[in-house]
Amino acid sequence: MSVDTQADAPLLEVQGLSKRFGAIQACRNISFDLWPGEVIGIVGESGSGKTTLLNCISARLAPDSGRVLYRTRHEGPADLNGMSEPARRMLMRTDWGFVHQDPREGLRMRVSAGANVGERLMALGARHYGNIRAEALDWLGMVEIDQTRVDDMPRTFSGGMLQRLQIARNLVTRPRLVFMDEPTGGLDVSVQARLLDLIRGLVADLGLSAVVVTHDLAVARMLSHRLMVMWRGSVVETGLTDQVLDDPHHPYTQLLVSSVLQP
Amino acid sequence: MSAATAPVATGGPETGYNFAYLDEQTKRMIRRTILKAVAIPGYQCPFGGREMPLPYGWGTGGIQVTASVLGADDTLKVIDQGADDTTNAVSIRRFFERTAGVATTERTEEATIIQTRHRIPEAPLREGQVLVYQVPIPEPLRWLEPRETESRKMHALAEYGAMHVRLYEDIAHHGQIATAYDYPVKVNGRYVTAPSPIPKFDNPKMHMNPAIQLFGAGREKRIYAIPPYTRVESLDFEDHPFEVQRWDEVCALCGSSESYLDEVITDDRGGHMFVCSDTYYCAERQAARPAAAAPWSEAGGSAK
Repeated sequence: MSVDTQADAPLLEVQGLSKRFGAIQACRNISFDLWPGEVIGIVGESGSGKTTLLNCISARLAPDSGRVLYRTRHEGPADLNGMSEPARRMLMRTDWGFVHQDPREGLRMRVSAGANVGERLMALGARHYGNIRAEALDWLGMVEIDQTRVDDMPRTFSGGMLQRLQIARNLVTRPRLVFMDEPTGGLDVSVQARLLDLIRGLVADLGLSAVVVTHDLAVARMLSHRLMVMWRGSVVETGLTDQVLDDPHHPYTQLLVSSVLQP
Repeated sequence: MSAATAPVATGGPETGYNFAYLDEQTKRMIRRTILKAVAIPGYQCPFGGREMPLPYGWGTGGIQVTASVLGADDTLKVIDQGADDTTNAVSIRRFFERTAGVATTERTEEATIIQTRHRIPEAPLREGQVLVYQVPIPEPLRWLEPRETESRKMHALAEYGAMHVRLYEDIAHHGQIATAYDYPVKVNGRYVTAPSPIPKFDNPKMHMNPAIQLFGAGREKRIYAIPPYTRVESLDFEDHPFEVQRWDEVCALCGSSESYLDEVITDDRGGHMFVCSDTYYCAERQAARPAAAAPWSEAGGSAK
């Protein structure tokens, strides 16, 4: 796995982030850096705060304390919470992608596949139908969806195709950072394997940085360079993926690794 | 229909109502909203819409706007689908005859206030006239974004990419922009606005119109406006530019090739004819022509 070491500053810096829902401490004092071209996996059991952390660092949820700095293309590091809302929303639909576990949340189910992929382009001011459509067709090919399905409604797609369509919709603006929340959840294993191959290929080809939340250690091993293990709102262990999975130190990580069923 | 309508024989205005039905406080509130709407062209201003003595969907929003801008010396014209003599138009006209005692007319040029549903009159409007639209769904983003909180934010931040998704879908499925009415427009280069269900044929008339255009949505309790001489652009794609409807035939009654035509079925054997939807425009043209020469009626009626 190659990490882009030429870049001299992290893309995303998370500093002392905490989030509480009433009495529940969902995230406790979490800090990490994400470097350009790097994929970080966040693993942990249900309710450990993975998704809350993802929502906080992707500006979908405001943290109670702590800062999230993102190195924007033109203005250098910016605090996501200090940013104006238009700027933040612009970032979210151009420089970032967000892949939901349930693709129906990330797609417009009532418009065709082509329109789903083209929406971000139109939001950025593309006003030439032919070009938008050509780009949409390109991306359908890239995520291995038959190009003749471009005018079909997403509801006629299978679960795996929907997830690939969602990925295409996110990547069409060439984002630098993609957040993924259980990208392979709910898919059968052969479809999962193909999807993982695809994501890995795209991440490498486009030089994407990504934060992948998953409870599936196999997915984490396939996709991520580094791993953070969360337990009850805290990061209990962090390190290179192979190191964490093959030589777990924290008792919870040891439990997690030993819980995986071997077929 | 005669061009100039005599007041309906109701014995003058009803007693017991305030002028134009609404109480003065309500009218003041609506006028304030209208002022705000005119100041921010195309922006949907919420207002405390009242219950009116007719059902939602029959023009409650338009009636409230008309009642608020109506003065004793105004002349009112009401059209529904371009016609002065349809149920909705007749009822609303009589409503204001009876509650305000104002003069009414069918002549577009004479009217100072025109309340309309589905059409903009063919005759050009002039400065000083007020065109009041009845609007069923004021939110052009509704089709794509059902959450009102989100669509308001999209308006605030001018995030209108989703509007083109709708046009994209049209072209993808029909080969052209098939939206024929309520065709979204951008007002003064800022707010994307629903022009109410007028045919897109009428969209170009909104652009730089000398009249004030007020839009009232009763159910949704929104008022918005296009002030005189304001830019109104219909959304489109570079390779699929905005176009209005065209007909191969002319009006069977007046022979106009420039007005918006309705297709009217005349019998059970496929007979049909095209006639102007604007009845006043059509009647004027017929009156201006010698009665003998009417070759269009035969041509249209005998079509297979």
